[in-house]
Amino acid sequence: MSGMSRTRRARRSEAVARAVTGLAAVSVVSVALFVLAYIVYHGIGAIDWTFLTDVPRDRGREGGILPVIVGTLWVVATTAGLTLPIGILAGIYLSEYAPRTFTTRAIRLAITNMAGVPSIVYGLFGLAAFVLLAGFGRSIIASALTLTCMTLPVVITATEEALRQIPQDLRQASLALGATRLRTIYKVVLPAAAPGIITGSILGLARAAGETAPILFTGAVFQMRKLPDGLSSRFMSLPYHIYAQVTSVPGWSPTLVWGTALVLVAGVSVVSVVAALWRSAQRRRVKW
Amino acid sequence: MRTPPSDGARRLGRTTTRRAAEAVVRAIIHVCGWLAIVILAAIAIFLAWNSVRAFGEAGLGTMLSGTAWYPTSDPGKFGMLPLILGSLFVTGVALAVSVPVGVAAAVFISEFSGPGVKDVMKSIIEFMAAVPSVVYGLIGVAVVIPLVKDVFALNSGMTALTGGIVLGVMSLPTVISISEDALHAVPFDLRQGSAALGNTRWQTTFKVTVPAAGSGIFAAVMLGLGRAIGETMAVLMLTGNAAVMPTTVLESVRTMTGTIAAEMGEVVQGGLHYSVLFAVGLVLFAITFTINLAADLVLERQRKRWRR
Repeated sequence: MSGMSRTRRARRSEAVARAVTGLAAVSVVSVALFVLAYIVYHGIGAIDWTFLTDVPRDRGREGGILPVIVGTLWVVATTAGLTLPIGILAGIYLSEYAPRTFTTRAIRLAITNMAGVPSIVYGLFGLAAFVLLAGFGRSIIASALTLTCMTLPVVITATEEALRQIPQDLRQASLALGATRLRTIYKVVLPAAAPGIITGSILGLARAAGETAPILFTGAVFQMRKLPDGLSSRFMSLPYHIYAQVTSVPGWSPTLVWGTALVLVAGVSVVSVVAALWRSAQRRRVKW
Repeated sequence: MRTPPSDGARRLGRTTTRRAAEAVVRAIIHVCGWLAIVILAAIAIFLAWNSVRAFGEAGLGTMLSGTAWYPTSDPGKFGMLPLILGSLFVTGVALAVSVPVGVAAAVFISEFSGPGVKDVMKSIIEFMAAVPSVVYGLIGVAVVIPLVKDVFALNSGMTALTGGIVLGVMSLPTVISISEDALHAVPFDLRQGSAALGNTRWQTTFKVTVPAAGSGIFAAVMLGLGRAIGETMAVLMLTGNAAVMPTTVLESVRTMTGTIAAEMGEVVQGGLHYSVLFAVGLVLFAITFTINLAADLVLERQRKRWRR
């Protein structure tokens, strides 16, 4: 009698638990889908040739966002050029060279901590270090350096994880053929780990493209008549443009702002999804 | 191929050059490896250095305990308490949203769903994490501000609650993915052992898996907290930014991050207000650093525990 009721109670709590946790999962999915649908629904109307190729007019209430897109691409490309070599070399250090000591543990700790530093604090650091002390002024290079500090942990971690997945046999085979350690890394280990490294880096750079706080005081501007012409130029940027329109343009055009948000989200998520799909395709191709 | 005149000498030369090149590359690799520590230290030093004037003229104790933030009055009042409380109010709401929903969703993904559902959920969470914070802010402006205004019949929908709700959604990916990792890391034997004793799936989850993953889930909450307290753009667009001591979450608040973002553009470089904003940044850095360090230590211990 008591045993049966206990079984029944267990069944009931099983069902309740599945329902409650399932409901949580469903609500997370619905919020994500709502966000996606809302951006697409409100932004799609703005997307046409003029919007993508014209300059902003009437403080951004009319016209297009060409300099905004170009400015974002400049900053992201510069950030990539700085982050990738440094991050990949640092990842190689951690996976291939670092001794298992306290200092290596400290480096790992520093990397995870860097990933948790608030973006606005990176903005302050960029202002003090790159804009003022290094004398770059508010510029693409100052913003890119700031974003580089933010993105480095992502690239380092991705590289280290990708390198660790390469079996030790491969390294030993190369060393047995007389290759030096560095040549082994360059010719054998890195090519095998490339998909993981590239995907992780692209995800990090896509995040950097959407950051506003680090570029707020380091080079982003509200309006520019011409396109950036070098690393010392100031720039317009998609996330900053959205923020500036909403907070400092009375009577901002919802259509154009949502269009800008759609361009940003589409760019960031398409690149991320393609990178993730490519990585899993590569993984399926190579089995260790 | 032409045979070189002195084969031996040239070989030696090439090996020496290659050795030298390798040494240089190895040195560069080591420098890059250490760069993370250098950058983290540089951030702390730059923040502290620029805060020196604020500590000297306004005083750290006075700033941390002051309840009035009037930076542009003469003399300026730099009491950070309204900002710190503002951050705590918003973060509290964010955690109230993200922890129950996030941990429950992680339990569902890890314990109750098949591989297909798991993959779909993971890509959706990836998407949520990739949406820029300014876009979450924009959605908050369009959807959550009017909603809060109507539901609570307020004059303005820009409140700590509004910012906190959006921030909670934003920290969901962090809470879910780290909790899920922690649950996934629990050895399968434990679940089978529990099932063999006659426990149901949920009894196993509730009595065995979740307690075993407890410290990892705690770390997930900590990291979600760190992310929420450091988030800038969404709260700047949503909380109304009134720098007064908040009493309820239905009032406008100004967070530490929002203050830096809103005021740094208008201050005199090197002035007292400028220095005080760096001091706010330093406080923020100290808080998030402590949170992240604690979470990392907890995660490391968990990793050691299940390592075979």
